[in-house]
Amino acid sequence: MRKILIALAAVSALAACASRPEPTPTPTSPTAPTAPSQPSGPTPGSVEDFRVSVGDRVFFGYDRFDLSPEARSVLERQAAWLRQYPNVRLLVAGNCDERGTREYNLALGARRAAAARDYLVSLGIAANRLETVSYGKERPLDPRANEEAWSVNRNSHSQIVSGAVS
Amino acid sequence: MRLIKSFFAAFAVILAFAFAAPASAQLRVDIDEGHLNPMPVAVVDFLGPNAAAQQVGRDVSQVIRANLDRSGLFRPVEPSAFIERISAMEVPPRFADWRVINAQALVVGQVTPLPDGRIRIEFRLWDTFGETSLTGFQYATTPDNWRRIAHRISDQIYEQLTGERGYFDTRIVFVSESGPRTRRIKRLMIMDQDGANPFFLTSADAMVLTPRFSPSTQMITYMSFETGAPRVFLYNLETNRREVLGDFPGMTFSPRFSPNGSGIVFTLDMNGNSEIFSMDLRARSRVRLTNHPGIDTSPSYSPDGSQIVFNSDRGGSPQLYVMNADGSGQRRISFGDGRYSTPVWSPRGDLIAFTRQGGGRFAIGVMRPDGSGERILTESYLDEAPTWSPNGRVIMFFREGRGQGARLWSVDLTGRNLRQIPTQTDASDPAWSPLLP
Repeated sequence: MRKILIALAAVSALAACASRPEPTPTPTSPTAPTAPSQPSGPTPGSVEDFRVSVGDRVFFGYDRFDLSPEARSVLERQAAWLRQYPNVRLLVAGNCDERGTREYNLALGARRAAAARDYLVSLGIAANRLETVSYGKERPLDPRANEEAWSVNRNSHSQIVSGAVS
Repeated sequence: MRLIKSFFAAFAVILAFAFAAPASAQLRVDIDEGHLNPMPVAVVDFLGPNAAAQQVGRDVSQVIRANLDRSGLFRPVEPSAFIERISAMEVPPRFADWRVINAQALVVGQVTPLPDGRIRIEFRLWDTFGETSLTGFQYATTPDNWRRIAHRISDQIYEQLTGERGYFDTRIVFVSESGPRTRRIKRLMIMDQDGANPFFLTSADAMVLTPRFSPSTQMITYMSFETGAPRVFLYNLETNRREVLGDFPGMTFSPRFSPNGSGIVFTLDMNGNSEIFSMDLRARSRVRLTNHPGIDTSPSYSPDGSQIVFNSDRGGSPQLYVMNADGSGQRRISFGDGRYSTPVWSPRGDLIAFTRQGGGRFAIGVMRPDGSGERILTESYLDEAPTWSPNGRVIMFFREGRGQGARLWSVDLTGRNLRQIPTQTDASDPAWSPLLP
């Protein structure tokens, strides 16, 4: 459930923000008021900061691996953040929706990861800070079987593997 | 592995018959049309001199009946309808008693304990209208190996009555699935062709995909995330050891053995460009077979080893291509509507099975190696990953309902006789073994 919310938040963040990253509104539970909330969002330089303030996924069209303007802007924010935190290393993972066969999707996911990685490199990020992998259709973010879920599941996911502020 | 080892200790003897069936009167099922009118066959519970042997006899007969029934070509006659009570294997049956219940063929057999602790299982197949014995074998084996003997006898019956090799003494390796869709656990599992004797080969720690048998049936190649990125692995069923295939700069996947088992053909992806390579298992030398910026994956050899069918999107969408085994002569063979993938060459060489995607549906179909004669056998929300029975007559695949888990299914080359294969968990990526040695 949490993953779905994150995914939806990521999508709406993509749609909404052409300019600067805003702190993503945390989905509030309708139940009791929660304990003292953090006043200032995630710790700068942390995995959470990258995920929430920068955006760790970019999304693709069906059977596509070209970067949309939205995807580029997320990757540009990722590059800026990576320049700010030079010890951080990323695993860029390509993912696909379930509307393709397994081996083809492994290859397609590899293309998506490479497209995101190549753009980060073109923005000046050292290639040795970026590894890629493809999970094909094996790691969907959204378990549902509909267009909305598929559009979220076609992504490249930049995962911090080391060097983040804890 | 105990089952296989103990089988090597078994021996089979062909019984000599005083009377062979004349060729003209051959009882025969038409393998293409037989599904429309399955041949009624009576399989009597095998006899035995004591309770233990009788129990084995009943079990063997039950497995034979189930195999014949699942083939769709035969209809086992309900034992309660039998008139004659067979009490000795040596005595010819009263054929009229079997004809009157419309059993065209009759299977009798017996189980005999041997002084060394093993058992002898023998059977005879009768043509009730021709009143002749068609075939018979006997096997000596350890008592725990009765199931394999039942499959061997089923193969003998199938062969005698269809004129083609059987496929019952075989196994299936597949991916057992559990857990939520976002955190799926996928483990290698192996079982008999009828779903019996399932056991895991790999743990829940690493997701595995796309297992395939070697021609010897003793090795499996598959893809695993065990070391992080996708890697082709080899699994030895005799030693239960696994190893990574080679040390490559990118991820490796979609492995298959060459027909003589000496090599693997697979996909190596470097920087988002997937290409097909072959590797000799002894020399560990690799040869690049494709060189194109498009996706090239899912290679499968022709049974003579001279050609490879594969999947490529170089023409704009995923389609099937054929090349010579050295990579020369690459040409597209699929031209129908839709997106084609997962090509697998039939063990007979005459057809290529594939997954075709179109109109929001996934279908399993076959075409000739030149791309002609395309036929769709079955279709659903998601049908994927065909694998051939060793006689090239049945295709197993996995089917996933919308938002549902995957299960294994089989369908005949005729497109009839669609059946679900029993598995304890969700299951995908089946691979059918050759006939066991």
